[in-house]
Amino acid sequence: MEWFQALGYLLSAVLFIVGLKYLGSPRTAVRGNQLGALGMLLAVVVTVAAEWGGEGIIGWSLIGIGLGSGALIGIVMAKKVEMTGMPEMVALLNGFGGAASALVALSELLGSTPESLADRGALGAAVFLGAIGASTLIGWVTLTGSVGAMLKLNGTLRGTLSFPGVNLVKAALLAVGLYLAYSLIGDPTNIPMTYGLVGVSCLLGVLFVLPIGGADMPVVMSFLNSLSGLAAAAAGFVVGNDVLIISGALVGAAGLILTGIMCKAMNRAFVDVMFKTYGVSAGSDSGEKRTVRGYEAEEAALTFDGVRSVIIIPGYGMAVSQAQHVVRELAEELERRGVDVKYAIHPVAGRMPGHMNVLLAEANVPYDQLYELDGINSQFSDCDVCLVVGANDTVNPAAHTDPTGPLGGMPVLDAEKARTVIIVKRSLSPGYAGVDNELFYRPSTMMLFGDGKAKLAELLTEVKAL
Amino acid sequence: MIVLCLIQLTPSALIASITVLVLAIFLGFELISKVPPTLHTPLMSGANAISGITIVAALMASNAQLSGGNKTVAGILACMALALATINCVGGFMVTGRMLEMFKRKEG
Repeated sequence: MEWFQALGYLLSAVLFIVGLKYLGSPRTAVRGNQLGALGMLLAVVVTVAAEWGGEGIIGWSLIGIGLGSGALIGIVMAKKVEMTGMPEMVALLNGFGGAASALVALSELLGSTPESLADRGALGAAVFLGAIGASTLIGWVTLTGSVGAMLKLNGTLRGTLSFPGVNLVKAALLAVGLYLAYSLIGDPTNIPMTYGLVGVSCLLGVLFVLPIGGADMPVVMSFLNSLSGLAAAAAGFVVGNDVLIISGALVGAAGLILTGIMCKAMNRAFVDVMFKTYGVSAGSDSGEKRTVRGYEAEEAALTFDGVRSVIIIPGYGMAVSQAQHVVRELAEELERRGVDVKYAIHPVAGRMPGHMNVLLAEANVPYDQLYELDGINSQFSDCDVCLVVGANDTVNPAAHTDPTGPLGGMPVLDAEKARTVIIVKRSLSPGYAGVDNELFYRPSTMMLFGDGKAKLAELLTEVKAL
Repeated sequence: MIVLCLIQLTPSALIASITVLVLAIFLGFELISKVPPTLHTPLMSGANAISGITIVAALMASNAQLSGGNKTVAGILACMALALATINCVGGFMVTGRMLEMFKRKEG
């Protein structure tokens, strides 16, 4: 490796580390992202400079086309995506990253000959091939898992697709995948076996994501993010490049930390999220059909008359109906009337970590009005009206009342303690956990059925007329 | 930087790389452990963009000097990897920037 190349990579790695550090604090996050991008640019420039001079397998014009088309597609995707579609976007990009690492591994393997492997020495060849196996396995799982997650997030795939013994199949696939990856080291010329590994990995990724419920998506997203980092680190061992190893390991570790945070927010063990399917058995426990009266916006608006404090709980439903701007307008109208308005954000509200915060930021909701679960739960008992917009599982009292149920023990927002709870929702249907929500049937609860945005607009008009 | 890169891997060089890997994992744990929930989404998408570093590996694979093997398929795969990794990087950093822009707007 040229000296300037090694030095450039070192600088890139430092920029990534400082960038990630800065991304963790609101004041420095923008700069953190810029530093990360700068580190990436530097790594690319240095690599091109070092590789320049020799014409390789696809030639520089094709390399230019690959870089150019990728950049163009990336720019268009980033400009076009709606903030509500952010989880799908991140999932897809994540999948692309994993696929890239896997494709590099495959390309390196197909470009190898017994002679070139012999040139690497026994240890070199074993590490090269082992890393190819790891990169292939992790990379393809990341791709199909991410695409599966994306299809679940945008609603193409609904519910949890599972069958008896799915965990056994997953375990078997993983074992076969590991065995094939290991066999690759001893038998690198067996290309059909490698394609078998690709197939097994793809299937494993699909089976890994499909049985997981939508409420667990933040966990899945974080974990896939971690996997794409690990795939990059494995690719680093394939091409013998430390900057990939460092960056990949950083992202892998960061993703694991986020996965842990998300699991904690739902009070679920990681193993449960991965291997227990919810939402099938829980729905049918009580045979009785309960009905609930839907209220009109006019009636709901009256409850806002003369109140002092209002807490708004946004959920994924708010995102789906793009209601965040109306929510902010309503909050501002209430504030004009001297009402104290706060937002309570559940850590797993939405479909990816921190999703609600992004949406509310987009709607210009002041940062200091957003409260986390621990900071707000004691305040519900002093709250006059709690407005729940498209949230369900995150306010379900069953987390307290039914400790053995699917939601049992999950930290929830105690909306039930508010004097009046207004819930804007499309229907009474249970949330992703498949548990009926007791809160809907309480006498202190008013249900406003309909599209979140339309209902809130009505509510806003009525409140203005008070 | 032509065929010279195929120097044989020594055990100490391998251990050096593994050392780097292990230390970076610990560093990653330390870096992320205290992040406000507001920043979880941008952090994730920023980290995701950094995992696009595999673009470097894709560049190297695209410019490999092969003496044999299945050059055509290897080339096609490398080129695909390059495009996908670039989408990952460019899209990832830009979309993270867009999200963070929204947080910033209100502070000013």
